[in-house]
Amino acid sequence: MELLSGADMLIRSLQDEGIEYIYGYPGGAALHIYDALFRQDKVKHILVRHEQAAVHMADGYARATGKPGTVLVTSGPGATNTITGIATAFMDSIPMVVLCGQVASTLIGEDAFQETDMIGVSRPVVKHNLSVRHPEEIPEVVRKAYYIAATGRPGPVVVDIPKDMTTPNERYEYSYPKKVKLRSYNPAIRGHAGQIKKAVDMMLAARRPIIYAGGGVILGKASDQLTELVRTLGYPITNTLMGIGCYPASDKQHLGWLGMHGTYEANMAMHHSDLILCVGARFDDRVTNATEKFCPGARIIHIDIDPASISKTIDADVPIVGPVDAVLKEMLSLVKESKEKPDADALGSWWKQIEEWRAFHGMRYETSDDVIKPQEVIEMLCRLTNGEAFVTSDVGQHQMFAAQYYKFDKPNRWINSGGLGTMGFGLPAAMGVKLTHPNDEVLCITGEGSIQMNIQELSTCKQYNLPVKIINLNNQALGMVKQWQDMNYESRHSQSYMESLPDFIKLAEAYGHKGVLIDKKADLEAKLKEVLAMKDELVFVDIYVDRFEHVYPMQVARGSMKDMWLSKTERV
Amino acid sequence: MRRIISVLLENEPGALSRVVGLFSQRNYNIETLTVAPTEDETLSRLTVTTTGSDKVIEQITKQLNKLIEVVKLVDLTEGSHIERELMLVKLKATGSQRAEIKRTVDIFRGQIVDVTSSVYTVQLAGDSEKLDGFIQAVGTSGVLEVVRTGVSGIARGEKVLSL
Repeated sequence: MELLSGADMLIRSLQDEGIEYIYGYPGGAALHIYDALFRQDKVKHILVRHEQAAVHMADGYARATGKPGTVLVTSGPGATNTITGIATAFMDSIPMVVLCGQVASTLIGEDAFQETDMIGVSRPVVKHNLSVRHPEEIPEVVRKAYYIAATGRPGPVVVDIPKDMTTPNERYEYSYPKKVKLRSYNPAIRGHAGQIKKAVDMMLAARRPIIYAGGGVILGKASDQLTELVRTLGYPITNTLMGIGCYPASDKQHLGWLGMHGTYEANMAMHHSDLILCVGARFDDRVTNATEKFCPGARIIHIDIDPASISKTIDADVPIVGPVDAVLKEMLSLVKESKEKPDADALGSWWKQIEEWRAFHGMRYETSDDVIKPQEVIEMLCRLTNGEAFVTSDVGQHQMFAAQYYKFDKPNRWINSGGLGTMGFGLPAAMGVKLTHPNDEVLCITGEGSIQMNIQELSTCKQYNLPVKIINLNNQALGMVKQWQDMNYESRHSQSYMESLPDFIKLAEAYGHKGVLIDKKADLEAKLKEVLAMKDELVFVDIYVDRFEHVYPMQVARGSMKDMWLSKTERV
Repeated sequence: MRRIISVLLENEPGALSRVVGLFSQRNYNIETLTVAPTEDETLSRLTVTTTGSDKVIEQITKQLNKLIEVVKLVDLTEGSHIERELMLVKLKATGSQRAEIKRTVDIFRGQIVDVTSSVYTVQLAGDSEKLDGFIQAVGTSGVLEVVRTGVSGIARGEKVLSL
């Protein structure tokens, strides 16, 4: 057996785990580990400019590839800087392992230099966290961390590594465990057969059914199973913001996404349905609006890998705990075997009603001859990239416009912080995607507020040659805040106006990239084409868009799903 | 409604803080909490009493089950069960009070475990209502100090919470 130091064991464990990239930032408590990294070339390290960005990069990587991301930082500020990134991953159930240096175990509790109780600080925003108590444990701890992060309902796992666990001159026998067993952690591997049967019977008997799918379908790699089931049944489907791409947006059975800024037809169909099949979604408050007014006539089947997500906000009539791919597969075979078929007349009139809602055309905006509308930028980008780009976003109006007007037919391509709503997520997430998808178009759709929250990463992009395209929908204001102030605070724009914006073109150039300014509608298409043709360059595209635009539809606060504003003046 | 949730937890550093953290994070109540290792020293047994609607209790048990270090749990109040709490109470005991307190202690099947010329220290076990009843019976004016362990519980009959 080989003898290795704790630091070498850690890096070797990552190699044996098949980790390609680590995103991180060195510092005192992590120096033994960084030295071990230096002496090998299998695991590549990406040096970010701020630890938060390392976590978002790992997150973007995980969302695009479906594999857990890995972060390495030092103790104290290095570790605390990761918290927003970890919380972002936690809210969206993204698999990730964050390795944190820690002061030597002999110093813990003494308020040593760069000491923070990272186990305590991270506890509310991790799936689990682990401390290394003896160097010999390292391989097992690493294996456990990835196992917990990637199985069941995925999530971030923090590993705290005191510096004396990685001392170079103490060596131990190394072997990497093939399997890990935890008696207290056994995620469901299939759904309850009786419940699935009951659900299928209800689905076939429904007269106004709708399928409501969420990010769990993407995380559970179940898009194919979902698509086949939906097509076999011929039922309408809507999905959440996190579920975008789990079912092809261009398909006619797809009603768009639902909730606060969802489509008119999706929200109307939900409200009037008599059966909701919820697949890997969690009845979030941005979907349901007022829970007591939620879909009064609907019975609910809820499939989720996490039992705690079921009947948390909305009670399920048929709960099914299990992995979505396995449950959907079983449902599909029962549907195919069943002698019962959906009532063609009922389904026909349900579709007729839905088509009427669709024809009402809730998702619309007024174009202008001279001002660039943010929506048209997204529509144009979708057209110019054939709807096939990876699109990351920050948080605010631009995020909603991107989700509404870019049509995704594939999963893992729409990457945003849906749960936590983290500004500053977009650029580092795009970098994580680009690193592993160098030949794909990667767009970061952002605003002048969000982009400044992690703009230092333009430097990382230069170092590692990450030619993402930054689409800055510049309305010179914190648009979503301003929209709420317009709607709820009589347009008192408290602190939502961005004065002294930098010259983004010069800024991009200062970091060694290209910058393109678009402030005339007539230039929009030609310039965007030019930008997309610059395959090997990071281009910062600063687009001056309508400063007064609002995102619609927008559900009326404390109303039901069907209560929406469709424009500044139209309420249904 | 008041519930008693009994949890088998990995006996590891930090496990307890996850349980306690969960309650404050998700805005659940903890009324009492007791914890100690079991005969299997890799496991701790934790008993928590809490209040909430059925929906809240369901969430509490689900969220507890999600913690990686929670091995098993049961809501004891779902079936018949025994609950006990231990109380040590220091009472002012002078003159005629001494006999009166002694009688009350006997009625409640407690023991006087320490005596000075002016103070009795009483040990009493029972469910929480009985302990409250004792305090009421002796009168709060004579009570110098009260220590309660919080509730421990176990199911009646054949039912056991074990691996």
